[in-house]
Amino acid sequence: MSDFENLYREIILDHYRSPRNRGELPEPAKKVEGFNPLCGDEVVVYLDVTDGVLTNIKISGHGCSISQSSASLMSAAVKGKPIDQVREKIATFKQLMMGHEKKLVNEDEQPKIDVRALGELAALQGVVKFPVRIKCATLSWNTLSQGLDELSL
Amino acid sequence: MASGDDVTSFDARLVRQDIPLLHRSVNGHPITYLDSGATSLTPRPVIEAMSRYYEQHHANVHRAVYVTAEEATATYEGARLAVGDLFNARNASEEVVFTKNATESFNLLAKSWGRANLQAGDAVVLTQMEHHANIVPWFQLRDEIDIDVRFLRVDDEYRLDLSNLDELLKGAKLLSVTGMSNVLGTINPLRALADAAHHNGALVAVDAAQSIAHGPFDVQALDVDFIAFSAHKMLGPTGIGIFWTREEILQAMPPFLGGGGMIADVRLDGYTPASGPTRFEAGTPPIAEAAGLNASVLYLQALGMDNIAKHEAELTADALARLDAEFGDVVRVIGPSSTIDRGGVISFVVQGVHPHDVAQVLDQFGVCVRPGHHCAKPLMKRFDLAATVRASFGPYSLAEDTNVLLEALAHSVKVFA
Repeated sequence: MSDFENLYREIILDHYRSPRNRGELPEPAKKVEGFNPLCGDEVVVYLDVTDGVLTNIKISGHGCSISQSSASLMSAAVKGKPIDQVREKIATFKQLMMGHEKKLVNEDEQPKIDVRALGELAALQGVVKFPVRIKCATLSWNTLSQGLDELSL
Repeated sequence: MASGDDVTSFDARLVRQDIPLLHRSVNGHPITYLDSGATSLTPRPVIEAMSRYYEQHHANVHRAVYVTAEEATATYEGARLAVGDLFNARNASEEVVFTKNATESFNLLAKSWGRANLQAGDAVVLTQMEHHANIVPWFQLRDEIDIDVRFLRVDDEYRLDLSNLDELLKGAKLLSVTGMSNVLGTINPLRALADAAHHNGALVAVDAAQSIAHGPFDVQALDVDFIAFSAHKMLGPTGIGIFWTREEILQAMPPFLGGGGMIADVRLDGYTPASGPTRFEAGTPPIAEAAGLNASVLYLQALGMDNIAKHEAELTADALARLDAEFGDVVRVIGPSSTIDRGGVISFVVQGVHPHDVAQVLDQFGVCVRPGHHCAKPLMKRFDLAATVRASFGPYSLAEDTNVLLEALAHSVKVFA
């Protein structure tokens, strides 16, 4: 598989064409917006949290296939999960996106990423070969993380 | 100025032979460079002029008396005259200021001329199609001294709506407008705008970044008062920009950045700024870049500015016609469909495919285009867009570049269909 085919895997195109959890929540516990000033992409994440569980998440906004599919994959991965697991997913995903920088440091000091634990999210690892697009992939994750911070969770 | 150009003397294929970068390949394809609106490619004589400075004449300017120092100064000051000739400055050695880029030139305009000449309530008129470089410095000045920043609208044909021009110019001290939109390709009627501004007592500044290398440009004929542009968009090097104004205006402008080189005298109780352009050139200036700029001016003039304009107009008309014929149902061009008063910058959106994804597919074919908002967010908002794909031509562009673009475009439509 070429880098290009690895970037635009079928699963990514599928989440781009048919995004999961797309829309808004009427009275969310938290609504948080994220922007990529370089390309004008915009994401809005709506969160509902009950008893330490992320009970619902909706995503709106606009952007490229990478930012939109990453947001869709994220929503599917974190919906219904306890907050500590959501935090874990965010950390693991961001580690995955740091793949290209990792090569600059001692290989032995690499934190091991459990790719299987990532499930469908692993489809996004092709992004690391295209450094400019990493910001597209991490936009929704950073926005979610900010939302949790603002809820002090 | 290029005049009496011989059309038969211009051959884009010969220009390509001079440009090393056009001979490399990308992703297994020969490079197809369609991003001259962002930066133009560098011909060998420009690269050689900079190497020559470093190999033979490297010294600082305006200081020492040894031979290479005199040569460096002559190189640097010579570039002022050469570039002034390109746009018909009357007295280039007293009117051309070297900056870092066009953006710094606009900051010089706002922060030196603007601070000295504008007061609270004075208006500066811009347009909705300006680059952020000609918007943000005015907003910064508004925050500082409460000027009134107004915008001429862009109409549905992607042209300036001049119906309320006189109204907007009432109480205005400056009209600052782009010569050619870096997104739409629209070429604005500068002489008519200058006449209207002067009639209302306002001066006229022009963002010439997209104009200067793509056809004749004459500040006397256009009757404008300030221009700003950068060398790297005119086959020259990065790191040097140009600011020009009439001598009498420049003489009355206070210094901008302070330091060495911009002074006549420094004492323990204060300083006296130098006169002339060096007043605005604090610190060691971009000397090698000035040598490169000089070479790029000579190169463009040898090609002939009329020839370049004609060549790029043909490429643009051809590309617009073929985009419409082959992709009319899925591609929407964001810019005038008429090729009159329209330059070689073609922005478009592909139905159902985000500009970043289009550009990523094009890169697979070695095609260099720019996706994004092109530092013109108010214009994007005007047309309810987040981003476009932009293909832009230079004197080395060929109709074959458009062939590759269209082939790659068909592929990107297929991937995301």
